Amino acid sequence: MAAQPTIDTQRLDAVLGAFEPGDGSALIEALHDVQSEFKYLPEEALDRLADRLGVSKSRVYGVASFYEGFHLEPRGEHICTVCMGTACHVRGAPRLLEHLEREIGIASGQTSEDLTFTLEEVACVGACALGPLVIIDGKYHGNTTTSHLTKVVGKLKKD
Amino acid sequence: MPVQVKINGIKMSAEPQETVLQVARRSGVHIPTLCHLESVESTGACRVCLVEMKLGGKTQLTTSCNAGVEDGMEIMTDTPEVQKHRAANLEMMLGRAPGSQKIRALAREYGVYESAYVPSEDPAIPGCILCELCVRVCEALGHSALAAVSRGGKKYIGTPHDKPSESCVGCGACAEKCPTRCIEMTDTKKTRTIWGQTFDFVSCETCGAPVMTVRQRTHAVETKELPEDYYTTCVACKQKNLAGRFARVGS
Amino acid sequence: MARLQSTQQLRQLKERIVAEKPADRRAIAVCAGTGCKAFGSFELVEAFRAELEKQGLDKEVELRPTGCHGFCERGPLVLLFPEGRLYQRVKTDDVPEIVEKTIKGGEVIERLLYEEPGTGKKFEKEEDIPFYKHQHRLVLRSNGLINPSSIEDYIAIGGYEALGRAFEMGPDAVLGEVKGANLRGRGGGGFPAGTKWELCKKQPGDLKYIICNADEGDPGAFMDRSIVEGNPHAVIEGMVIGAFTMGAREGYVYIRQEYPLALERLNKALDEARQRGLLGEDILGSGFGFDIKVNRGGGAFVCGEESALIRSIEGRRGVPRRRPPYPAQKGLWGKPTNINNVETWATVPLIVAKGAKWFTGIGTEKSKGTKIFSLVGKVNNTGLVEIPMGMSLREIVYDIGGGIPGGKKFKAVQTGGPSGGCLPASKLDLSVDFDTLIAEGAMMGSGGMIVMDESTCMVDLAKYFVQFLRSESCGNCTSCRDGLDWMHSLLQQVCAGEGTMELLDQIEQIAETVRVSSLCALGSTAANPVLSTIKHFRDEYEAHVEQGRCPAKVCKSLITYTIDADKCTGCLVCAKRCPESTIEGEKKKPHRIIQDGCIKCGVCLDVCKFDAVHVE
Repeated sequence: MAAQPTIDTQRLDAVLGAFEPGDGSALIEALHDVQSEFKYLPEEALDRLADRLGVSKSRVYGVASFYEGFHLEPRGEHICTVCMGTACHVRGAPRLLEHLEREIGIASGQTSEDLTFTLEEVACVGACALGPLVIIDGKYHGNTTTSHLTKVVGKLKKD
Repeated sequence: MPVQVKINGIKMSAEPQETVLQVARRSGVHIPTLCHLESVESTGACRVCLVEMKLGGKTQLTTSCNAGVEDGMEIMTDTPEVQKHRAANLEMMLGRAPGSQKIRALAREYGVYESAYVPSEDPAIPGCILCELCVRVCEALGHSALAAVSRGGKKYIGTPHDKPSESCVGCGACAEKCPTRCIEMTDTKKTRTIWGQTFDFVSCETCGAPVMTVRQRTHAVETKELPEDYYTTCVACKQKNLAGRFARVGS
Repeated sequence: MARLQSTQQLRQLKERIVAEKPADRRAIAVCAGTGCKAFGSFELVEAFRAELEKQGLDKEVELRPTGCHGFCERGPLVLLFPEGRLYQRVKTDDVPEIVEKTIKGGEVIERLLYEEPGTGKKFEKEEDIPFYKHQHRLVLRSNGLINPSSIEDYIAIGGYEALGRAFEMGPDAVLGEVKGANLRGRGGGGFPAGTKWELCKKQPGDLKYIICNADEGDPGAFMDRSIVEGNPHAVIEGMVIGAFTMGAREGYVYIRQEYPLALERLNKALDEARQRGLLGEDILGSGFGFDIKVNRGGGAFVCGEESALIRSIEGRRGVPRRRPPYPAQKGLWGKPTNINNVETWATVPLIVAKGAKWFTGIGTEKSKGTKIFSLVGKVNNTGLVEIPMGMSLREIVYDIGGGIPGGKKFKAVQTGGPSGGCLPASKLDLSVDFDTLIAEGAMMGSGGMIVMDESTCMVDLAKYFVQFLRSESCGNCTSCRDGLDWMHSLLQQVCAGEGTMELLDQIEQIAETVRVSSLCALGSTAANPVLSTIKHFRDEYEAHVEQGRCPAKVCKSLITYTIDADKCTGCLVCAKRCPESTIEGEKKKPHRIIQDGCIKCGVCLDVCKFDAVHVE
C-alpha cells in the first residue's frame, strides 16, 4: 500500500462544514460527499470526519469499509466498471472482466500503479436489458464484446 | 408483567426483558456460548447458543443470547436438530481456529473432531472467529479502538486504517475476553505490546508489579474524575494493605 | 410555483393544466430511462428540440423526456401522441425525417416500427405490440405519459388526488382500504402492507418514521429504479398517504447511489412537491405535516433487509439485528417505523384512488394486483413488464418476452434475485404469485426474472449466486459467512470436475445449516439457488462430478477450444488476438490451438468470422 498523498484541507473543510458537529447519523451521507470531492476516502479525511461528527475513528473505518461504494485507496483516472449482475453474468460478463484484466494488466478491484486505470466490479446497475454491460468513465457500453472493449481501452491508453 | 415460557418442557415465569439464555441459565439449563458476555450487547454471531423455539405454531432455530422471551414460547435446548446445526457451526469455527482449545473441546462435545472447512481468505488474525466480542467489549469500556472492518468473508477485526490506534489504552480486555484467545498481547515487567503498539506499565508502588498501562490509568483518571495518584498500587498489594488496616482496627 | 392550500386548489390546477395541454395534443415522448439513455436518448431529445425549433413547431408539439417504457431491448424508444405510435431504435439521424414525415405529414416510417422476430410482422402502435399487449400496466402506465421532472404532468393525470381523498377519508378508512386490498409488499417477502401499517399505527407516541426502500440490490432487477426515474411523485404520494395513516411526520428514501438518474429526479420531485405544499407543513391545508429526506445507500445488498437498512440510515454498518422487536415497534432511532419498497409505495395511491375492490379484482385469490418484473437474460424482448398476479411463467417468457433468441432452447427461469430459485421448463405453467413460487423453492422477490437457455450452466450459476451472497453477507453469523464461503469452494470443485457425489450431499448439508441457523433473510434464503438447482438440474451436477463434463460448455476446466480445419480460412485474426499466443498457423492455412497454453478466454471464438472455433 503506497502512502496516500496529502489532501487539500480547505476543500475538506468545505465538505465537512455542511454537516452539524456531532451528528453521527450523517456519517454515510458525509462519506459520500467526501468521496465525491476526492474520488476516494483519504485516511486523513476519515479521521477529521470522525472528529466533526463526534464518532469514533473505528466506527468511521468500520462503516467506510463495509459498503462497496466507498473506496479507501486512491483511484485511477479512468474507471472501468464491469456489471456482474445476473443478467450480465448469463450473457458473459465474467469473460469480459477477465478480458479487461488482461488488457489493462491489473486484477479486478485494483488500480494501476501509475493511477491510470481502476478496474472494478459492480453488483448490478439495473441496466439489465443492455447486458453484458461495462461502464467506462461513466459511459455505458451495452451489449458489449471483448473486441469493443479492446478498442475503447486501447484508446484510453494512448490518451 | 411476567411471561410464561417452557424450557425443555418445564414451565417457567420470566420477565419480558429477559433473554432466553438468561432464563435458561438461571434455571440451570446449560446452553453453550462463545461470543456472549452479559455486560455487552449480544449479536448472535457465533451461533452455538442455537435453540429450537416454538411460538405461534411455528418452530424454528434461534440464537438464545439475543432472543427476548415472549409469552407462550416453548424452548428446546438439546434436540437433534439443535445438535446438528451447533455441530455444523462449530466445524466452521474450528476451521478458523484449529488451535483453540475451547472451540476444539466444545466441538468434540458435538462429535466434531476435525474441520473440513478452510476459509478462502487468509485471516488477518489467525484463530479469530470474527465474533466481534473484542469490539463490543472495547466499545463498552469507552475506548472504541477496534472495528469490524469490511464484510462477508473478507471481514476482519482491526484498528482504524490498520495502524496503531490512539484510542487504544492497552487494557487488554479484548485479548482476555476473546473466546479463542487469538489476540496477540505480550507483557513484560515494564511494558505491554498489543495491536501494534507498546504501552508502559504503571508499576506498583509497593511491590513493583504492573498495575495497568499508563495510558489506561490516564484514561480512567480523566473519565472517572479520580485523584491523580489513583491506581498506583496493584490489586494484590491493595488487598494486603486493606487486610492490614482491618487487622489493626480489629485489635 | 404557488402552494396549494386545499384539494379544491389541486383540482383547479389540474383543470388548468389539462386545458393547456389537451390529451389529443401532439407530443413526442422520448424514453429517458437509464437503458435508453445508454443508447443515446438524451442526445435524441436534444436533436428533437433543435429540429422542432428549426421547423417552428416547438410551441405546437410538446417534447417530453419520460421515464422507462419498459421495452429496453429496443431502445431508444420514441412514442408519438396522440396516436400512440412507437418508433424503436431511433437514432439522432432519424429525427429530421420523423419530424418531416410523421409529425408534419402523418406518414409512418416503416423502418422504425417494431418487427416481430420470426414472423416479420410490423406493429404501428405500442399497445398492439405483443410485448405490451399481454401486460397489465397500472404502476408503469404513467411512465410513458409524463415528464418525471414535472409535477404538473403528474397532477394532469390525476396525481395527488388520492392524497386529497385520503385526507377526506381519515387514517382509519385509508388503513381499511390498504388492508382490504390485501396489498402485499413488493420488495421480496410479500408481507401484507396493511398488517405492517396497522402495527405501526397502533404504537403510542408522536414520533414515527416512514421509510421507502429504494436500495434495489438484487442483481438483474431494475423495477424500482424505473419507477423512481419515471414517476417519482407516485412514490412520494404513496409515502405521504402512509405517513398520514400511521401518524408519521418524517420519512426517508433510502436509495442506491448506483442510480444517479433516479436520485436526481427524486430530488427534483421532492423540491417541487415542497413548493406546491404537497410536502412540509399543513399539506393541502389539511393541518397534516410530513417531509422526506433522501439517504444514499453505500452499496450493500444486505441493506435491503429492514433492520440493516435502518442501521445504515443511522450511519452504521448494515448489520441486521434479530427481530422481534419489529421496526413497527422499534425501528429508526428506536421509534416505530414502517418500511415498504418503491413499488409498494407507488401502488398505494392507485388503491386509495380506485378502491380496494377494484384492486382485488386483479390477480389471484391471495396475491392481488399487478407485479413488475425485469425480464432479462436469454430472452428476445428484455425489459420491464407489469403483469397481473397469476399469469403463467410461459406467458411471460413467450408471449411477452418473445421466447429465446437464436433458436436456442429454454432451460430455466430464475426468480427472486440471488436468494430466489431456478425453475425448469416443466414448471413453465406455474402461476406467478407469492405463494406458488415459494412452494416451488423459488420466490417472487422484488421481481427479477432471469431467463436462461441451454448455454447457461446451472452449476456455474449456483456458484455465481453463492459468490455474490458470500461477498454481500454482512459477516455477522458464522453460518452465513463461513457456510457460504465453504459452499463456494465446494462448488468450485464441482465446476472443476473434481467433485464426487458425496460432495453434493455435503453441499446440501451446509446449505441446510446456512438456511436454518442464520439470523436474517439473506442467510435463511441464501441456499435457495443451490438447493433449487440441485433439485431441478441434478443431472447437470452429476455430469460435472461423474463425467467431468459441463453440458452447457461454460466451466473452463471442463471445456476445450478447437479450430475446425474445414471452416478456418487462415485469416490469422484469432492468432493475432490470442492473449497467450497459443494459436499457431500460417496465412491461408488452417490454424491450430496449442491446448497447453490455452487459457480458454474465448477471444478466438469472439473474433472468428467463419464460425470455425468450437467449444467441446
